[in-house]
Amino acid sequence: MATQIKVNGQTRDVDAPPDTPLLWVLRDELDMTGTKFGCGVASCGACTVHVDGQPVRSCSTYLEDVVGTEITTIEGIDSPAGKAVQKAWRELDVVQCGYCQSGQIMSAATLLTEVPRPTDADIDAAMSGNVCRCATYHRVRAAIHHAAEIMEG
Amino acid sequence: MRCFLLVVVLTLSFNASAETLRNPAEFSSIENPDIRAAALFQEAAKVFQHARCANCHPAGDRPGQTDEGRPHSPAVIRGEDGFGHPAMRCESCHMEANRAASGVPGAPHWHLAQASMALVGRSPGEICRQIKDPEQNGGRPVGAIVMHVAFDPLIKWAWFPGGDRTPAPGSHQDFVALVHAWIEAGAACPND
Repeated sequence: MATQIKVNGQTRDVDAPPDTPLLWVLRDELDMTGTKFGCGVASCGACTVHVDGQPVRSCSTYLEDVVGTEITTIEGIDSPAGKAVQKAWRELDVVQCGYCQSGQIMSAATLLTEVPRPTDADIDAAMSGNVCRCATYHRVRAAIHHAAEIMEG
Repeated sequence: MRCFLLVVVLTLSFNASAETLRNPAEFSSIENPDIRAAALFQEAAKVFQHARCANCHPAGDRPGQTDEGRPHSPAVIRGEDGFGHPAMRCESCHMEANRAASGVPGAPHWHLAQASMALVGRSPGEICRQIKDPEQNGGRPVGAIVMHVAFDPLIKWAWFPGGDRTPAPGSHQDFVALVHAWIEAGAACPND
């Protein structure tokens, strides 16, 4: 029997076992490949999506965990913080290879929603779970500060 | 037949802690209630000091991880309510139950105990006095401690941690019996 979940505002039917990781539901069942597989053990943050506004690692979240919730992925993030982060990312040219960046953006958007003017310590605390092999950390930090300025207008 | 028995023994011991807990009845020959209570707590302290409990009762603001209590990776922090930074909550990774797909452990309301309830680096006597102190134990009277250890699902998780994590010593039932017997004996503490 299909399970109904709500992704980016749309109700979707998913025919998968309840213990299927949300990551594979998004990528394999719904063809939403913006969310990336990195480590598979919730240590790298590449698979980060929002569930009811909070970042979660979709590799460690089962389909049964998200029934009745609002899921937002990189394809659908259009909150004020999400838009500011994407603008700042483009203006500061944050991305190198790009593989981790959808997860970085999802975490950064939550940070700016919760803490509109984050300190470096806030950024370290909120982004420590998002690993970047290209070591774009300095640009990520600068872009979060820039996104905060964009949001202030 | 011998192989079958070996498989049974290995299967039964897979989730059992290597360390056991003594039954409260074994302490009944100690007539002095204060000495008996202290001995009961000393035994229960095997659990309090175990990594499954101490990792989330850290001395600082960062939890431990693994049987060795290594600093948690990623470098998460306690946050104001013990559930992490507002943008990096414990439940970002830790769900309501263990997750076999990722190997991430989970239980309801996964979070750090308040800083005053640190267990890391404390002796059985220090833990005992701390647990009895309402200023440090979350405002609980001594009698309520047994309810807390008996029914909190996050505490029960310590005996069913999943993966290759060593469960807390003995069984949850043994542990609750020891804490109950300690309180019944007057809740005196070990000296050290």
